[in-house]
Amino acid sequence: MVKSSSNTNLIGLEKKDYKGSPTTLCAGCGHNSISSQIITVAFELGIQPEQVIKISGIGCSSKSPAYFMDRSFAFNSVHGRMPSVASGAMLANRDLITIGISGDGDTGSIGLGQFKHVMRRNTPMVYIVENNGVYGLTKGQFSVTADEGQNNKYYGKNDLPPLDLCLEAIVAECGFVARSFAGDPKQVRPLLKAAISYDGAALLDIISPCVAFNNTSASTKGYDWVKDHDDPLHDITYVPVQEEITTQYEPGETSVVTLHDGSQIVLRKLDESYDPTDKLGAIQALHNADTEESLLTGLIYYNPNRISLIRSENLVESPLAHLVAKDLRPPEDSLKQIMSSL
Amino acid sequence: MVTKLKANNSEDIDVIQKNLIINDFSIQVATPNGSGSQTSNLVLLRSLFKMGIPSSGKNLFPSNIQGMPTWYTIRCSQDGYVARRDSIQILVLMNPETAVQDITNIQSGGVCLYPENAKYNFDREDITYYSMPVKRLAKESGVSSALRPYVSNMVYVGALASILGIELLEIESALSWHFKGRQKLVDTNMPVIQAAFDWSQENLTKTDPFQAQRANATDGTIMVDGNLAAALGAIYGGVTVMAWYPITPSTSLADSLTQYAGLLRHDENGKATYSIIQAEDELAAVGMVIGAGWAGARAMTATSGPGISLMSEFAGFGYYAEIPAVIWDVQRVGPSTGLPTRVSQGDLTTCHWSSHGDTEHICLLPGTVAECFEFGWRAFDIAEQYQTPVFVLSDLDLGMNMWMTKPFDYPDKPMSRGKVLTADQVAKNGFKRYFDLDGDGIPYRTLPGTNQPGAAYFTRGSGHDQSAKYSEDPQDYVENMSRLRRKIDYSREKLPAPIRELNESASIGFVGFGSTDPAIIESRDRLAAIGVESSYLRVRALPISLTVSDFVASHDRVYVIEMNIEGQLHKLIRIQYPDLATKLCSLAHCDGLPLTASWIVNQILEKESCHNGKIKQ
Repeated sequence: MVKSSSNTNLIGLEKKDYKGSPTTLCAGCGHNSISSQIITVAFELGIQPEQVIKISGIGCSSKSPAYFMDRSFAFNSVHGRMPSVASGAMLANRDLITIGISGDGDTGSIGLGQFKHVMRRNTPMVYIVENNGVYGLTKGQFSVTADEGQNNKYYGKNDLPPLDLCLEAIVAECGFVARSFAGDPKQVRPLLKAAISYDGAALLDIISPCVAFNNTSASTKGYDWVKDHDDPLHDITYVPVQEEITTQYEPGETSVVTLHDGSQIVLRKLDESYDPTDKLGAIQALHNADTEESLLTGLIYYNPNRISLIRSENLVESPLAHLVAKDLRPPEDSLKQIMSSL
Repeated sequence: MVTKLKANNSEDIDVIQKNLIINDFSIQVATPNGSGSQTSNLVLLRSLFKMGIPSSGKNLFPSNIQGMPTWYTIRCSQDGYVARRDSIQILVLMNPETAVQDITNIQSGGVCLYPENAKYNFDREDITYYSMPVKRLAKESGVSSALRPYVSNMVYVGALASILGIELLEIESALSWHFKGRQKLVDTNMPVIQAAFDWSQENLTKTDPFQAQRANATDGTIMVDGNLAAALGAIYGGVTVMAWYPITPSTSLADSLTQYAGLLRHDENGKATYSIIQAEDELAAVGMVIGAGWAGARAMTATSGPGISLMSEFAGFGYYAEIPAVIWDVQRVGPSTGLPTRVSQGDLTTCHWSSHGDTEHICLLPGTVAECFEFGWRAFDIAEQYQTPVFVLSDLDLGMNMWMTKPFDYPDKPMSRGKVLTADQVAKNGFKRYFDLDGDGIPYRTLPGTNQPGAAYFTRGSGHDQSAKYSEDPQDYVENMSRLRRKIDYSREKLPAPIRELNESASIGFVGFGSTDPAIIESRDRLAAIGVESSYLRVRALPISLTVSDFVASHDRVYVIEMNIEGQLHKLIRIQYPDLATKLCSLAHCDGLPLTASWIVNQILEKESCHNGKIKQ
């Protein structure tokens, strides 16, 4: 019996039991903040780390499962196909808790099909998009969530409208759709906890600023030294050390956040009267926010009535992976019967 | 039965009886696609089979739902040959669109059966024509006009029964079997067959020599298609997750799996011990399989060439990260869309080396429906033992057509789940995911959920060290890849061994794989009859067994026979044995149709005449 103390959780583990390896992402990257919140939430909920599978695709975001919960099983899969791996793993073992980590490119571009289908299929999992509007590992191309008209030092102006992943999820019948900001732990944590307890696919679209590649030439704030060190910024292998951006604001309020490149985003927290079970209302709210050029945060849509993949498959209670030969190989007589029927 | 037919005079009957050709003919039914001839054809095939006559049925169909030409061929062979035969003795011509060519294809002395109002060109005088009052009999059947085109096809069943002597009782029981005992459907169709039979007895004069006669050459055999065999194999192999995407010709494998797992794989509470998911595409299908295999399921998919191309990235992932998976490739003609409803063995090298980077996948090569069943369950053992994706290469002919076979043997080995550590074993001995403890290249794994600190590891397609940690260290990479090579080599002689028929007096040998087996068997008999002896080795797995070299070395020339254009198996053997390359001759042919013995015989005679003047021609 593990002694409980103020440092241990319900199952007698300490917070360090949920830690990951040291991050290799850039200092100040919003993704690291999300990893920290996952650690905190898993600790607070008393989740057995070995019961968790961390599944990701390809990209900066998809590297982050290495930076939290080392005692959990991890699967860094191929680009845009985290959802199918997660679905297969959950079918094999329904007792697992899946935390899927993806990015805006991994989900919104190459993985858009799998993203929409996993929502439709309703695989029980937390689907986190670490959304920064940019391809970091390949040095700063626009992603599908980049703003229309946004400028980028190397790729010029983005002419295409962004895809709203929350809207896509609602349309695909996802029953838990939330958006937050990586630097707002007070909002991220309860959303994460709720997503983990949801029996189905739960989307957390978390705006997570990229410190390295969301640079705009029109930058007026942030990198003050840029003017003095203009040349090094042209060297894309040089990434300045940044402070993490954080914010704190109340329901119904807006918060203006200045990103590393000096650009600003406006977050608007849903107020307490908002009804997340109203699907058309949720779509309207997203549309309104888009018109106001702000990002709605909070639990945007919730439908507790969808049946999860595991339930619709009518699976035995025991994980399929734990079944043994006597469960799996029908008896010899049954084969003889089939043979004589042919 | 022949004598019951009205003959002009007793002389005719004499001629017919003296020259009877019994149980040795091919029937070809030419119909427009979607006209509902499948029931008629399968009933004919099953009736002949149940009369004890060795028979095989092949559907030559277009990539189309309705209207384009389709042919069904039934071969009866007293000697038990079941390969496709390229000569047609009896043609049932229900499709005016193909009439000219179809009539041309009938062997001299053959038969053409046609609807009486058809305006075909009846120029050929060396064949027998029989007309059938198809429309009238269909109308008289009393079925609704919507169903008339469908029951029209029953007319040729009745007419053929009369002309060839197929027993009506067998036809009725075949109908009943086909309709799963639904008497109403039997009662709709059987009267049409009976009426056509009666009409033919009264009105047709038999002048052809072909006769179906009850025999006992199919005792103890069943008739089944390879996709059903594969599905049953998977079920008895304990498949737990099947993810797939519809594609001809593999779809019926998934359908059969759904049907029989529904019957065989529920617990006492009616809960399923398996899951079958129709994925959004092949990328997702194989992703689910890899995810499920990683988490401890016996996971499989079934696809064909285009799907294999889409799955290749995950196949490489599974190879490198060492995840068990079973991938059935029911091959069709490529590249690209190719001939999607025609047969080929063109995916051999694609599967063996699927994915970018250095990979060499284990491939199983069933050559019979019995092997589709056997490899269906063994593939899971092999995938879990070696912790790697295993490809099983069937093809459209094997998978979708009907084959005679002995009933399948129940698996004779317990399930082998490979090197999986329990929580206690991890606690006692520790765990390094990619450490080669046993020297066979196969590491140990743990399953997600194994509740023990130290049990978890990080699965990745990126470079990793023995502990599964991210590594770009050159030595780590080389060690890992060398171990994978050792692992695949270690599997080589433990996979299904080649089947060898050594002929001491033969100077030539044949090497083949897969569904060309019956054509090769028949060609060897026909060649032996004219003095050309041969040995035969059928490869059943890749990497290729080292015993193949002895076989090649012990013959002057070895012909590698396969249904593709490039001679893919020939190339693989030459790569493995460059020293033996001069002994290896490629006989590669692919036109979308199952290989025939005649093609092989002609090729051998042509090639061997250069080497050997003694061949009797």
